Amino acid sequence: MATAPSLPLDAESLRRDFPILATRIHGDKPLVYLDNAATTQRPRQVIQTLVDAYENRYANVHRGIHWLSEQSTDLYEEARESVRRFINAERRHEVIFTTGCTASINLVARSWGDQNVRAGDEILLTIMEHHSNIVPWQQLAQRTGCRIRFAPIDSQGRLQVEQFEALLNERTRLVALAAVSNVLGTINPVESLIAAAHRAGAVVLVDAAQSVPHEPTDVRRWDADFVAFSGHKMLGPSGVGILYGRERLLEAMPPFLGGGSMIRRVTVDGFEPGDLPARFEAGTPPIVPALGLTSAIEYLESVGLEKIHRYEQLLAERAHELLEAEGDIRFLGPPPEFKAGIVSFTVDGIHAHDVAQVLDRQGVAIRAGHHCAMPLHKQLGVVASNRASFYFYNTLEEVELLAAGLRELKRVFRRR
Amino acid sequence: MSHSNEEDIYQEHILDHYEDPYHRGHCDHATHAHEDDNPLCGDVIHVELRISSQGRVDEAWFDGEGCCISQASASMLMERIEGKSVEEVKQFSADDMLKLFGARLTPNRQKCCLLSWRVVQAAMHSPVGDESARDESGATSASKPAQFGGPDLGEES
Repeated sequence: MATAPSLPLDAESLRRDFPILATRIHGDKPLVYLDNAATTQRPRQVIQTLVDAYENRYANVHRGIHWLSEQSTDLYEEARESVRRFINAERRHEVIFTTGCTASINLVARSWGDQNVRAGDEILLTIMEHHSNIVPWQQLAQRTGCRIRFAPIDSQGRLQVEQFEALLNERTRLVALAAVSNVLGTINPVESLIAAAHRAGAVVLVDAAQSVPHEPTDVRRWDADFVAFSGHKMLGPSGVGILYGRERLLEAMPPFLGGGSMIRRVTVDGFEPGDLPARFEAGTPPIVPALGLTSAIEYLESVGLEKIHRYEQLLAERAHELLEAEGDIRFLGPPPEFKAGIVSFTVDGIHAHDVAQVLDRQGVAIRAGHHCAMPLHKQLGVVASNRASFYFYNTLEEVELLAAGLRELKRVFRRR
Repeated sequence: MSHSNEEDIYQEHILDHYEDPYHRGHCDHATHAHEDDNPLCGDVIHVELRISSQGRVDEAWFDGEGCCISQASASMLMERIEGKSVEEVKQFSADDMLKLFGARLTPNRQKCCLLSWRVVQAAMHSPVGDESARDESGATSASKPAQFGGPDLGEES
C-alpha cells in the first residue's frame, strides 16, 4: 500500500525489517503491537548484530591479551562512543553501561545519593514518575532521613511548572523527573526545569526512558547532570541501559557495585577504585547487548529521530480522534500536541483488564494496569488504565484496528 | 470447547454474574469478614459471612470492584458456599474455584479469579471484631479504604 506523501516516514516498508511484526495470532489475526512504552521490538539488523557478535567476535572485555578479547573490547568501546554521539555527551567516559534504566537510577541513588544526601534534605520528583524513579529515592529516604516531595500535574496531565518551581528551595539536593511520562505521554519542558533546579542549587537526574527512543536527545542542551535510559525501549536488547553522568559528578562518586573491572588494584587490606567509566561497571558488563544497542542507534539514526517524533504524534492524534468517536472514553494525559505517542485511557464501566483482554483477542496488544505508576493513578483517581503506545513501525491502519477492537468490546459488554 | 477466546471468558453465564451478581452487598449479623486486593490491577474483594454455631455458612456476601473476572467469580463463589459446612469450604481448592468459573484463564487472569477464593479462605479465620485473627492465611488485608457500591469499575470516586 502506498504511503500518503504527507507522512514523515514509510512505516509499511520499515516494519518489514521487524520479523515479529508479521506474527499472526488468535486464528490468523495480524498482531497489532501497541505496547512500545513497555518494550519495543527489534529489527533484523539488531538481531543480526547479536548473532554476529556471538558467532565471530565474542570474548570478555578489558581482560584478555588475546586477539578475541581485543576485538570484543574494541566493539564494546565503540558502542560507548556511539551512545555518546547519540545523546551528545561531551566525553565518552561519561557514558556508563548498566543493565537498564532502573539500574542506572539506582546507581545514582546509592552512590551519589548516599554520599550527598542528609536528613532534612529534599528530593523533588513529579507525581507522574515511574516507580523506578520513585522507589530508589524512597529507599534513599529510608537510609538518610531525607524528604521526598512531588510536583503536581494539572487536570490535563501536564506538570504544574509554577508549583514545581515553588517546591524548589535551598534544601533541594536532587530533582529527578521523567522527560516523557510513561502513562500520560506528557512531554516535560526538561531544559527549563533543569535550569530552575540548577538555580536552586539542585542536581538533576532525567529519566529519559520514554524520550530517548522517540526524539533527538542532547544532554548538553538539557544541561542535565544525570540521564538514564534503557536499550530495550529503543530497538535494542534487554539487559543494557545507560547512565549518562556529568564528569565532575561521576569523578566524585564512590563505586556502587564492587567487583572486577571497577578497581585499579586490590590488596588484602582494601581496594583502590578504577577510573571512569570502569569504576561503575563492576563485573562482566552487558557486552553483546551493548553492541545490539549500537546497531539500534544506527537504525534509529537512519530513520531519523525528528521524523519518528512527528510520525508518532500523528498516530496519537489519529488515536485520539478515533477513540473519541467511539465514546465512553476518558483520556489520561494532555491533547496530542503536548505529548509523545502514548495514548492512555479508561473505558466507562469496563475494567482495564477486560478492555485489554477483549482487544487481545482481536490481535491488539495494549498495556492494562497501573503501568508502574501507582501514585499517578491514585492522583488521577483511577485504579487501572489502558495504554496504547506507538512506535514508528505502527501504522494508521493499526490505529483503526485499535478503534475496531473497542467496538468489539462494547459488543461483548453492552449486548443486553 | 477448551480453546480460550473472549467469547469463552465473557460468555453469557459469566457476564450474568458480573452484571447481576449474587449477594453483592452487606451481610447482616456477619460473624466473619475479610478483605483483600490485587494491587496489580486494583481488584478489591470484601467478603462477609454468617457462620452458624453448627459451623455452617448460612449467608455469604461480597462487595468490591474490579474486572469482570474478579467480580463474576466472587458472585459464583458466594452462591456456591452458602449452605456448605466450614470444612467443605476449607476443602474447596483453588483448582475447584477455577473449575467453578469455567472459562479457561491465563495465569495472570487466574489471579483475578482466585482473589475472592483467597478472601473467603482468610475470612473463615477472621471472626468479626477479632483483629488478631486476621491474616492467618498469610493474605494481606487491604490497607486502603475501598469505595464500594456501584458498577463504576476502574474508578475511585
